[in-house]
Amino acid sequence: MATKVTMEALSPTMEEGRLVTWSKNEGDVVKSGDVLAEVETDKAIMELVARADGVLLKRLVPEGTAAPVGTLLGVIGAAGEDISAVTASVVLSEAKDPLLPPPVASAPVVLSEAKDPLLPPPSAPGDTPAFNRASPLARRLAGDAGLDIRAIAGSGPGGRIIKRDIEAALSGAGASSPAASPVGEPQKQVLRSAQDDGGFRDIPLTQIRKTIAKRLSESLGPIPTFFLTAEYDLSKVMELRRAMAELGDDFKVSVNDVLLKAVATALAQHPEVNSHWLGDRIRQHDRVHLGMAVATDDGLIVPVIFDAHLKRMKDLSREAKELARKARERKLKPEEYTGSTFSVSNLGMFGIDQFTAIINPPECGILAIGTASEQVVMVDGALGTRTVLRVTMSCDHRAIDGAVGARFMQTLRRMIENPLMLVY
Amino acid sequence: MAQYDVLFLGGGPAGYVGAIRCAQLGLTVGVIEREGLGGTCVLWGCIPAKALLEAASIATKVKHAAEFGVTTGEVKTDYGVAMKRSRDISSKNSKGVEFLFKKNKITWIKGTGTLGKGKSVSVVADGKTETHTATKAVVISTGSRVKGLPQAGLELNTSTVISSDEALNLDKAPRTRAIVGAGAVGCEFADVFQAFGSKVTLLEVAPRILPLEDEDSSAEVQRSFKKRGIDVITAAKLTSTKVGKDSVKISLEAGGAKQELEFEKVLVAAGRAANVENLGLKEAGVQLTDRGFIKVTPKLETTAPGIYAIGDVAGPPMLAHKGEREGMVVAEVIAGKSHHLVNYGNIPNATYCHPEVASIGMTEAQVKEKKIEYKVGKFPFSANGHARTSGETEGFVKIIRDVKYGEILGAHIVGAHATELIHELAVARENEFTVEEIELAIHAHPTLSEAIAEATLDAMGRMIHA
Repeated sequence: MATKVTMEALSPTMEEGRLVTWSKNEGDVVKSGDVLAEVETDKAIMELVARADGVLLKRLVPEGTAAPVGTLLGVIGAAGEDISAVTASVVLSEAKDPLLPPPVASAPVVLSEAKDPLLPPPSAPGDTPAFNRASPLARRLAGDAGLDIRAIAGSGPGGRIIKRDIEAALSGAGASSPAASPVGEPQKQVLRSAQDDGGFRDIPLTQIRKTIAKRLSESLGPIPTFFLTAEYDLSKVMELRRAMAELGDDFKVSVNDVLLKAVATALAQHPEVNSHWLGDRIRQHDRVHLGMAVATDDGLIVPVIFDAHLKRMKDLSREAKELARKARERKLKPEEYTGSTFSVSNLGMFGIDQFTAIINPPECGILAIGTASEQVVMVDGALGTRTVLRVTMSCDHRAIDGAVGARFMQTLRRMIENPLMLVY
Repeated sequence: MAQYDVLFLGGGPAGYVGAIRCAQLGLTVGVIEREGLGGTCVLWGCIPAKALLEAASIATKVKHAAEFGVTTGEVKTDYGVAMKRSRDISSKNSKGVEFLFKKNKITWIKGTGTLGKGKSVSVVADGKTETHTATKAVVISTGSRVKGLPQAGLELNTSTVISSDEALNLDKAPRTRAIVGAGAVGCEFADVFQAFGSKVTLLEVAPRILPLEDEDSSAEVQRSFKKRGIDVITAAKLTSTKVGKDSVKISLEAGGAKQELEFEKVLVAAGRAANVENLGLKEAGVQLTDRGFIKVTPKLETTAPGIYAIGDVAGPPMLAHKGEREGMVVAEVIAGKSHHLVNYGNIPNATYCHPEVASIGMTEAQVKEKKIEYKVGKFPFSANGHARTSGETEGFVKIIRDVKYGEILGAHIVGAHATELIHELAVARENEFTVEEIELAIHAHPTLSEAIAEATLDAMGRMIHA
């Protein structure tokens, strides 16, 4: 009597699991309780054990495949037992969508295909089709460019991934653009700025990340935000400004300019913070396109300093002023206020000590900068003063965990409290 | 006055296909057409020309029948009979479109239409004017017409200087015939008239015939034409023309030499103009391009809201199958259905002269110009079993692929049934198959299609049969 091996709920909240590795081969003798496979759940990697004695007759799901709880993964039975009835029943119940190859019927094929780097292993049902249809040329282009074809939206017939989708993904423009957007329509240009050169990588969501995203969104609205506040000592920034001002008017910089430079430099070291939440994946950007919130009579707008991590403080200063002026004069072009990878909002000039800013999606974080204020402190047993700045980072918990955000804030502290690091 | 969801102005291949697709999608449709349904394609282009070309092909084949062990008597040709047969086929096809209209409950509004206010069209028929309105859209599908070459002194006069329209209605083939313009139409008529006994001279201003095709294709057809006794003069500059009552004298310069030639009839096979006049386009706010076509977006919208344009009038390539596809797409756009925009980079070209010429994608020169790294695979039909059995060994299959991914950049076929064979490559390119997928597909033996498989193998450096 054959026994089915199914994806079991290995944690209370698990809805699907990814079969990481098979521990037994087809034909291996197994005893009840033997480890059959390792499965990544929403929490951890767990062992899936045999529920019967016999021989593992069939492995129906290739390694690396995500499957909902209850999915038939394999069959244990007596050596030589005919299990076609067991597997056939699956074909009937699963073959609902003609476009999705039923997992059992195609199992031998899938197994051999999984070795082909150009072919995507079937992914979890429910989010994307189990098998992304892609043209042979698109698969080659994606394979060559190291793109995960599962992360690409197809614009061909029936969502088929074709050459233009890969090209769009490489240029960063069209990964999520819907079908039938003809070449040459203006929307392309708007999306131009942020990701021109493909300086980013898409990180597929792990099971644990999917669960974090889902549960925290349920708890706190679409963007589950948490806040990290730090107090930075601005003394050295003040010294730096004083020293620079003494060199002449050309070298005058504002506290804000130094902060922009520090944030941009820190972001370049933390692509996990300099990222976009794209629903089914996180896009980490190598380039820093820094949005800066500007209050105008019409309301808030966030112009962007592109490639801020590469720019000198002088240029950042000039560009920030220029963008702020344009924003107030309502002269910003769409490409000047789209494509930021992270944003800052500064209410210091209004005397706000500390505040929280609201994330500008798909960005995953925003820094709220308060006013610099004098504080009385004990220095070497005597009373002294120092200038401090309170900075609060809002983080999208779906992408940024507490410790990740905190590490970024730490880097930022090092930059701000030792501004000479910005020169290095 | 009647009201429809959609009105089509012109019932050619673009308009009638668009109308049928609209009807399929549940829209009520009226098609304004003054002549017969099917347009130039059915009445004065593709269909009658193909009928004559088939006649020419039979004439040529029968002349070689003895080689196959089939002896016939003296072979006589009669252009008048061939012409009558071609007219019959045309009118049958036009009737076929009428039947399709009835089946799909599409109204044929006979008459000449002009755009009115909003989405209305006033139609004049038998001196009476009636206004029809569309609730959703008006689609302009008025096509194009031959315009002659008045700038070269070759004003069409329906007797000695004629267009393809008259050529399709001649009772007999003229003794001497000049064909000005060696594009698809010129080459096809050269083929037909040569087979029906005319002494044909093909004149082309470009350095080669079929100037839009790959250079190899042009050379192959030119060689074949010359072998059959068609005079081909390329890079020909017409210096003067004298149009008489029964003949036309043409002076020209070619290859540094001056020539003076006299012909019974001249067929002008160059120059088509979009039918944009007297449609009220300007008043309706429909703008034209610099080249005189209606300006359209990829969704085939004109500059006037609710007015679309498809087919020849909406710009080149002026091909029936391009118009038909635009008809389908415009219907889906209007009905708000999901649609795939016309892939203008993947429209096959077909010339039905003998040997036939077909192509898709880029020519080798275009690939070079784009500085794409490429490889060419070429297989001659002289090495193909099927071509040998049928005695049609002229031509080749040429496939241009990119080096890195094997993408099929262009494919060019010259030879018997080339215009049928090209669709394997059209499907391959539409689905982004590379040369490897073509080669992996097993091709039956003995077929002409094997030449495609061999050419792809050659493009990968492993041709078997040559």
